[in-house]
Amino acid sequence: MKRTVRRAFPLFVLPTLIAFTIGFIVPFIWGVYLSFNKFTVINNTTFVGLQNYAKIFTENDYVHSLWYTALFAVISVLTINVFGFLIALALTKKFRGTRAFRTIFFMPNLIGGIVLGTIWKMIFNGILAHWSTTIVSKASYGFWGLVILMNWQQIGYVMIIYIAGIMGVPQELIESAEIDGAGSWQRLKSVVIPILRPTVTICTFLTLTNGFKLFDQNLALTAGKPGKASQMLALNIYNTFYGRVGWQGVGQAKAVLFTILVAIIAFAQLHFTRSGEEQM
Amino acid sequence: MKKKLVTVLLCGAMAVTALAGCGGSKSSSSSSAASSGTAKKASGGKVYYLNFKPEADEQWQALAKEYTKETGTEVKVVTAASGTYEQQLTSEMAKKDAPTLFQVNGPVGLASWKDYCDDMSQSELYKHMKDGTDSFVLKDGDKVDGIAYVIETYGIIYNKTLLDKYCKLDGAKISKPEDINSFAKLKEVADDIQARKDELGVKGAFTSAGMDSSSDWRFKTHLANLPIYYEYQKEGETDTDAIKGEYLDNFKQIWDLYLTDSTCKPSEIAAKTGDDANSEFNNGEAVFYQNGTWAYSDIQKAGKLKDDELGMLPIYIGVDGEENQGLCTGSENYWCVNSQASDADKQATYDFLNWVITSDQGRDALANKMGFVTPFDTFTGKYETSNPLVKIANQYVADGKTPVSWNFTTMPSEEWKNQLGSAMTAYADGSGKWDGVVKAFVDNWKTEKAATAQ
Repeated sequence: MKRTVRRAFPLFVLPTLIAFTIGFIVPFIWGVYLSFNKFTVINNTTFVGLQNYAKIFTENDYVHSLWYTALFAVISVLTINVFGFLIALALTKKFRGTRAFRTIFFMPNLIGGIVLGTIWKMIFNGILAHWSTTIVSKASYGFWGLVILMNWQQIGYVMIIYIAGIMGVPQELIESAEIDGAGSWQRLKSVVIPILRPTVTICTFLTLTNGFKLFDQNLALTAGKPGKASQMLALNIYNTFYGRVGWQGVGQAKAVLFTILVAIIAFAQLHFTRSGEEQM
Repeated sequence: MKKKLVTVLLCGAMAVTALAGCGGSKSSSSSSAASSGTAKKASGGKVYYLNFKPEADEQWQALAKEYTKETGTEVKVVTAASGTYEQQLTSEMAKKDAPTLFQVNGPVGLASWKDYCDDMSQSELYKHMKDGTDSFVLKDGDKVDGIAYVIETYGIIYNKTLLDKYCKLDGAKISKPEDINSFAKLKEVADDIQARKDELGVKGAFTSAGMDSSSDWRFKTHLANLPIYYEYQKEGETDTDAIKGEYLDNFKQIWDLYLTDSTCKPSEIAAKTGDDANSEFNNGEAVFYQNGTWAYSDIQKAGKLKDDELGMLPIYIGVDGEENQGLCTGSENYWCVNSQASDADKQATYDFLNWVITSDQGRDALANKMGFVTPFDTFTGKYETSNPLVKIANQYVADGKTPVSWNFTTMPSEEWKNQLGSAMTAYADGSGKWDGVVKAFVDNWKTEKAATAQ
């Protein structure tokens, strides 16, 4: 039986593999190739070597976006995970309506980024109008606006993952800790959280990469205004690509750097949290 | 054994569905190839138009169908979503069946598509150009790269009813709207309206100068055209690598006026949208509204202002001799024929274009349904537009006023416009100084021209 399944292995993998190749691997390789070219249409290119990469740092907006994005990612990872975990804890206690609350908290996650950005832009501007100012008046407004938006959207998502983790904690362990005289804080700190390490790994991974890749919400909420002060990396790449005639290659080069950066960060994060798990 | 059989059957079923999926797509693509094959037989080529104006999509689709019915030539019209034309064109051009007809917005847009522009100088379309001064074509030496198909005009649209009402107030600065013939007069009137807005029942003289992306082009592109126009006039240029910004003080005057005599506080404009300004004007909350002939469809849709309630003023910025200044007239919609298309497709495209500007259906669609003013000599009689704003614009020309040309098509890049826009916003809400605008205008012009130099 097992051998039959194993023999059918290619049959199951093939469709996905083909789709992955067409939808990801080929465009990716082509994209890297394009970053060394000058082009308007992607199949009509002129090789220019490293020129595009040299142009990236002739302006400081890419570096600014990089720091802005990093700061945003750190803060949003912290807030989303802390709040998501706390809400998950609350909603695994036994009281009426936990299911309804879980559904409600999860719902924002079902709305697309552009729609969400536009809705929140109206909300923020509506509130800020009392002080005759707007979300795009200061870079810090845009920053915290985006943090609030992302929290609102993603807390529900990580909450669901944390709830699944918390429900998976063996009841016997908690009971025996209780018999040993552990208080609720000790039970949380020494029993629940250590068991949840893999869940934490997944949630931080998801929120961190999401923070770095963020585009829709950034575009819809502030579009990088004022100036380019609230422009994150992905939006910076997009604007470079379409902002000037002949700069498509530079945008492409920025995108390649961006991919490498996100990959390094994601792998480093996975490595560190994993090694943390093994020590337990 | 039985289990094994089931597994095998299931696998087989999966494989079949997967193959069926492929087969399905293949057969459908081959059937479309067959249909285009028959069309090819009829005329030898096909047309693919990538349309820029979403508001005219329906009319183009109808026109394409009509043409196919008449001649058998296949015409495909695809419309890019608002603001995504360059993106769409870039990806469509990479395909095997690339657009045979597309458009660019002027010299700067042309720069990225030059290699794709066929020489249109021998086309019927070019021969039908009205004045022969070539003011509505894009030329590279003798080669005609693009031909404008719609001429548009902008200025300061005003609510005639409200302005007449103002003129009848005690101590009004003017006795009739036509008295406004300079920046000084405009400012005097606007300031007075702003001061007596309750008496007049308005919220401000001008609609909000929104700097949201749905509205900021009215200022970072259209308003900024005026200082560029006057500098080009003075220097005798049509484009430059380094702008001097000689008329930026005038630019400041008019921008200040828009900000102070407005329906909202200057600090709020960053979030104001095009819809805001449009509804303020239609609801009679403001007298003046900087926009163009294309705004008529929105005014018509709102249904609050009648045609004879609309007037239009030139955008005066306080330059000597501006009494003779007219409205800003030009085009940023140029048709280009894809030079990389096959000869048969190119010919089909030229034939189609010729049909569009000479046949009754084509002219009716362009002039009456889409409301365009075209530079072609075939649009006479009932094919002259009914848009009242266009009529006003024509009246200015008939009165001997000099139209202001559209020089914003020479602005170095989108990047330049965006930076100017954010500097103007920062100046408005107090987080930046006017120096910032000057820097974005002058220094950045040079930087961006250099950055995009081929």
